[in-house]
Amino acid sequence: MNLAKSMKWLSGGLLALFSIPAFAALNILACEPEWGALAQELGGDKVSVYNATNALQDPHRVEAKPSLMARARGADMLVCTGAELEVGWLPILLRQTGNPKVQPGQPGYFEAAHYVRMLEIPTRLDRAEGDVHPGGNPHIQTDPRNITLVADALAKRLAEIDAANADYYRQRHVQFAARWKTAIANWEKLAAPLKGIPIVVQHKGFPYLENWLGLKQVAALEPKPGVEPSSAYLSGLLGQLQRQPAKMVIRAAYNDARASEWLTERAKIPAVDLPFTVGGSERAKDLFGLFDDTVQRLLDALK
Amino acid sequence: MSFKRNTLAASIALALAVPLGAQAADSAELAQIREQIKQMKESYEVRIQALEKRLQQAEVIAGNAQAKAEKAEEKIVQSIVAPAPSTSTGTFNPEMSLILSGTYANLSQDPANYRIGGFLPNGGEIGPGRRGFGLGESELVVAANIDPYLRGQFTLAVTPESTVAVEEAFVQSLGLGNGLTVKAGRFYSGVGYLNERHAHTWDFVDAPLAYQAFFGGQFKDDGVQLKWVAPTDLFVELGAEVGRGSNFPASNRAKNGSGSATLFAHLGGDVGVSHSWRAGLSLLRTSPQDRTYTGAGVTNSFSGNSRLEIADLVWKWAPNGNPVNTNFKLQGEYFRRHEDGDLTYDVNTANNTDRYASAQSGWYLQGVYQFMPRWRVGLRRDQLDGGSVDYSSNSAVLGTEAFNPSKNSLMFDYSPSEFSRFRLQFAQDKSRPEVTDNQMFLQYQMSLGAHGAHKY
Repeated sequence: MNLAKSMKWLSGGLLALFSIPAFAALNILACEPEWGALAQELGGDKVSVYNATNALQDPHRVEAKPSLMARARGADMLVCTGAELEVGWLPILLRQTGNPKVQPGQPGYFEAAHYVRMLEIPTRLDRAEGDVHPGGNPHIQTDPRNITLVADALAKRLAEIDAANADYYRQRHVQFAARWKTAIANWEKLAAPLKGIPIVVQHKGFPYLENWLGLKQVAALEPKPGVEPSSAYLSGLLGQLQRQPAKMVIRAAYNDARASEWLTERAKIPAVDLPFTVGGSERAKDLFGLFDDTVQRLLDALK
Repeated sequence: MSFKRNTLAASIALALAVPLGAQAADSAELAQIREQIKQMKESYEVRIQALEKRLQQAEVIAGNAQAKAEKAEEKIVQSIVAPAPSTSTGTFNPEMSLILSGTYANLSQDPANYRIGGFLPNGGEIGPGRRGFGLGESELVVAANIDPYLRGQFTLAVTPESTVAVEEAFVQSLGLGNGLTVKAGRFYSGVGYLNERHAHTWDFVDAPLAYQAFFGGQFKDDGVQLKWVAPTDLFVELGAEVGRGSNFPASNRAKNGSGSATLFAHLGGDVGVSHSWRAGLSLLRTSPQDRTYTGAGVTNSFSGNSRLEIADLVWKWAPNGNPVNTNFKLQGEYFRRHEDGDLTYDVNTANNTDRYASAQSGWYLQGVYQFMPRWRVGLRRDQLDGGSVDYSSNSAVLGTEAFNPSKNSLMFDYSPSEFSRFRLQFAQDKSRPEVTDNQMFLQYQMSLGAHGAHKY
């Protein structure tokens, strides 16, 4: 190979290396897999989605890893829950990469929690209350009606950012919204027996699911959000459950199984490992699978 | 009973008999009645049809009303949601946080005699601190976005002796684009790995020996920093700084130009879902002028060039990338420094100036393992290499002490929440050629106020 030829190869290689994220597709960095899945539903092949976290990670406790820095640098849009769920790492990504498209206030910065009615907005902001979020409980994705609201807003935002494909996003949104509406009706029909069922939660991560299906949370394994239970608290909880029995204890895929298994053993109620987000179980491959599986697992535990 | 039953039967028979009698009476009248019934039936049918129609209309109207109500409800929900303040800080007040820390130290050797053998004293924060109970550095951080283009941060440190120092005070660009970030003011330099991190985020009570020997703690300067992140999926970050050179290994000097310059490059990424890493190379060049130090009662001074090279590596493991239950962090840095210039022995009386040249190095390697939620154990090895030091004619008075300091540290810590931490640390410190210092520390570190985001 002569010099000119090798220079050509080298420059070609460099060009390829530096132009990877500059493809025509809209680069979306999704903070949580549910929003990655939704962006994919609405964006089809016009978007390229990267999920910052997976279903087995606590989105509150991940780090501003170098791989995420690199992705934030090239992102055209950020789709996150907001409500301070990502407060421990997202600000670092935004500040250190200097990407103007995804700074707060820009169209490329999308916070899902902004478009739904928040539950459990604390009346007392004090760290003594544990891991409280001033904006309300951020785990909004467990109610499919919230997905509907976020999808409406996200479709509009996609059309705004990528105006050339606005019709495409609109069309996909109409199709998705119709399928989603039918699916919700179906889940609600299936889940009718769950109404009023008393449950115990491991972490207070399910108020939206409870609100949707009419589940009644009678206790939580964490005395305060993010606070490990003491043995005195747990024995008190057992006593309470003897007086006021619950049907099951539910936890998210990323929660440590030990606490709920402890209760299963003693209170003789089944522990339900809910996918919590896309990828949280074998069946939860997409948003539809997520709720198919969630409803099925709750019904199975009721038997 | 029987009487009652008979009466009932009789009255039924009577009732049935009456119309039968009437039928027999007049057939013309019957036809008339039939006609009337037919008319009534027809009129009722018409009226029923009309009613059905009205009912259908009413149902449609009701349906519309419900749809309207649903829409209105949706609008209400949206209007409830819409005015909610953006979730970042909520108000225009800056984010404030305060770090509190305290230590109990049990040291087998007097910390007043502490020195790092074979290395020039640097006047920095070196050594294990004071014996007994003591307050650590209290840190007050105030930070906020200034406008859509800039962010500011101010960190005030109050030492246990109640002296106040501006630890950091800088402005930083927001969203400059093309991966560029500019920082100006006083800040910890981006060289190495640990240098940029505040003491409360360290995994051990004290800084590694290499940081103490080559930086006098940490290297910070007043200056400007430019960083660029490459548009690649592999994390590539390049940075450069120029500064006043106000701290060791530089020295404060009255000069328009800069007294220090750095270059650094970081690479990083993931290996599978459970591993992540970052590696870096850094260069710090300073040209100290009359950098004084006091040793054995006399004050000496150095002028010349100092060049420091650092290689650093951090590797983190967490099962499925979820560090909440268990995780492991391996971290190491290697330092190499060359200094060349003139050293003046005893600036006050003897005032003998001759060439000074040194080539010294050092490293540390540490592993910290979180074996269950909230509990961690860590081990660190510090090693310095005295290398070659040439005092020329001054070696007669300054001696040529060749020594390789080392230190082993073992720590346990417990964090009740992400805002509090208690630590127990044992160390065997061989920084001094003549003695070994066995150290024990108990420490707490608390973070109050705004939920700070931590660097990787």
